[in-house]
Amino acid sequence: MKKFWKMLIVACLSMTALTACGNDDGGSEAPTDSTTESDTIKIGLHYELSGSTADYGNAELKGSQLAIAQANERLGEEVYVDVTYDNRGDPAEAVTLAARLAEDGVAGVVGPATSGASTATYQTSNDNQVVVISPSATANNQTLVDPSNPESDVYDYVFRVCFEDTYQGAAMAQFAFDNLGASKAIVYGDTSSEYGKGLMDAFSEHFTSLGGEVVDTMSYVAGETEFSSVLTNIAAQDFDVLYIAGYYSEAGLIIKQARAAGIDCPILGPDGFESTTLSDLAGVENLNDVYFTTAYTTVGASDELQAFIDAYKAEYNEDPNMFSALAYDSTNLLIQAIEEAGTTDPETLKQTLENIEFDGITGSFVFDETHTPVKPVLVVEFVDGVQTNAISVNPSLDE
Amino acid sequence: MTVFLQQIINGLSLGSIYALIALGYTMVYGIIKLINFAHGDIYMLGAYIGFIAVTSLGLGFFPALLAAMAGCALIGVIIERVAYKPLRHATRITALITAIGVSYFLQAGTQRVMGTGVKTFPNVLSNEVFMIGGVRITSQQIIIFITTIVLMLVLQFIVKKTKIGRAMRAVSVDADAAKLMGINVDATISYTFAIGSALAGAAGVLVGIYYNSINPLMGTLPGVKAFIAAVFGGIGIIPGAMFGGFFIGVCETLIAGYGGSLYKDAVVYIILIVILIIKPAGLLGKNVKEKV
Repeated sequence: MKKFWKMLIVACLSMTALTACGNDDGGSEAPTDSTTESDTIKIGLHYELSGSTADYGNAELKGSQLAIAQANERLGEEVYVDVTYDNRGDPAEAVTLAARLAEDGVAGVVGPATSGASTATYQTSNDNQVVVISPSATANNQTLVDPSNPESDVYDYVFRVCFEDTYQGAAMAQFAFDNLGASKAIVYGDTSSEYGKGLMDAFSEHFTSLGGEVVDTMSYVAGETEFSSVLTNIAAQDFDVLYIAGYYSEAGLIIKQARAAGIDCPILGPDGFESTTLSDLAGVENLNDVYFTTAYTTVGASDELQAFIDAYKAEYNEDPNMFSALAYDSTNLLIQAIEEAGTTDPETLKQTLENIEFDGITGSFVFDETHTPVKPVLVVEFVDGVQTNAISVNPSLDE
Repeated sequence: MTVFLQQIINGLSLGSIYALIALGYTMVYGIIKLINFAHGDIYMLGAYIGFIAVTSLGLGFFPALLAAMAGCALIGVIIERVAYKPLRHATRITALITAIGVSYFLQAGTQRVMGTGVKTFPNVLSNEVFMIGGVRITSQQIIIFITTIVLMLVLQFIVKKTKIGRAMRAVSVDADAAKLMGINVDATISYTFAIGSALAGAAGVLVGIYYNSINPLMGTLPGVKAFIAAVFGGIGIIPGAMFGGFFIGVCETLIAGYGGSLYKDAVVYIILIVILIIKPAGLLGKNVKEKV
């Protein structure tokens, strides 16, 4: 019997310890409320701050925090406070954090960065009537309840500021066919992500429908560094352009190893190429005749974009990239919606967002019925590792 | 044919890296029967130490290589002292789980200190291309290959000809008997960790130079592949690890090169399964009956 009481006490103690953990930060970064609750508006920042996709999450966190800081500066007081959580790139963790953000009473959530983690959170956030703005969840039909069925309902409270994979993949196919006069393409993509797979399909489909031929399709997995074996095989084939569907961390190495393997045709890619690291990885001498689609480029930057770049550099002492720019836009979009609505009531906020006209640094847009922005795709060319020309492309998708 | 030869060259460069990492696995297993899953992350730390040596201290290739080897040797010894030594007489699974914990600690720690993103390793070696009968060989590939071979010869010399090597072999056969013969078992285990980690550190720098991209999670996959290479050659057997490393590297590039790029990892795991079914002691291993 004595033993029983001992165990009971231990059990009680551990319960208290566990609850204490729950109330506390529980391993994630603690919410940073400094002022009283009544006169501040909480904005949830839900990102991948550690783990294999932490690079995107950290860039986006910086973009979002800059937007919040600027809004507070403009208003002269601490109106907006961020509630930041790290989902470690784990969809299960992301769901838990989405619920916790709803409990925290945030006006809206920006993030996560990746499509996988984002999809996981949508149902929870939607059920709790929390507005979510995804900076970079580009997967096809991502904002729909059932992404495999284009006819299904749109999540009422889910929005995104980036264009779909289909859209930019098709735009690049159009550019390759029309502007570069290519008729034979090889597609080499990252099949470990929805992003890469969506782009590969979109490019191939549109390129074929235009009358081109996709000679071969190869795949790699994010995190690999050795591509020369596949590229040796590619180099032996007859083709006009090579389309790389993936992010800069692998694409930079692929470009370097492709040029070393004697592939000197144009190399094309998606907005995942947008990073200063690309030229470091590929080597400036190899970054010629390389094109990528993007909504964000520093070529011919507008005044607003230049102001963002300067502010970002001053704050963090590094160059912004596409991810930080998209997160900056997402956060500003949420702030603008809150200000236009004059309330944080989710229903009003959602309606305001549906009809909003937003001028961002990654383009001005309105939302279509799937809560995806309608904005032009830019094709940017690298010359000696420097982004030079930007051409606006509009894929003729509806035929 | 030239394409095939080209793939073999690519495979040998990749295999050199696996072989260097596999040696550490096999040495540590040979001496304390521990699969050191943190070994892949020591390789990652080697790349980062090399990176810091080149960028911040402005060192060249060989000094950076030596710095990484020395740094990793030290880290390996510290890890052994802090994490594994207290568990020397615990069950094997305890040590194994600790090794996985150390692996996560090193990854997360590096992410915290060095940032989560990809770092670009500066070009400290010129990369000339030689064409031999239609096959492209770069000077970096040659340096990787030569460095690996030299390090292996040095290792073979240490293990076979020196006092330390003899102590290592003695401890791996029977630690208690070795102790009775006056061998300092703890020091010998430390030396083993130091040498194994130094080889992984060298591999890290070579990869940094070859692919010029390093990141805090780069150790995981090569770590697993090198582990398979060690098992393939016969875990605990040094020539087996070298052979296994080169075999896995060439195998992987040939599969990737001939259309199966998505299946190359799967094939490597299938090799592991097949070898464990057919010859569990590894290709060069002998079946030793355990006394009960």
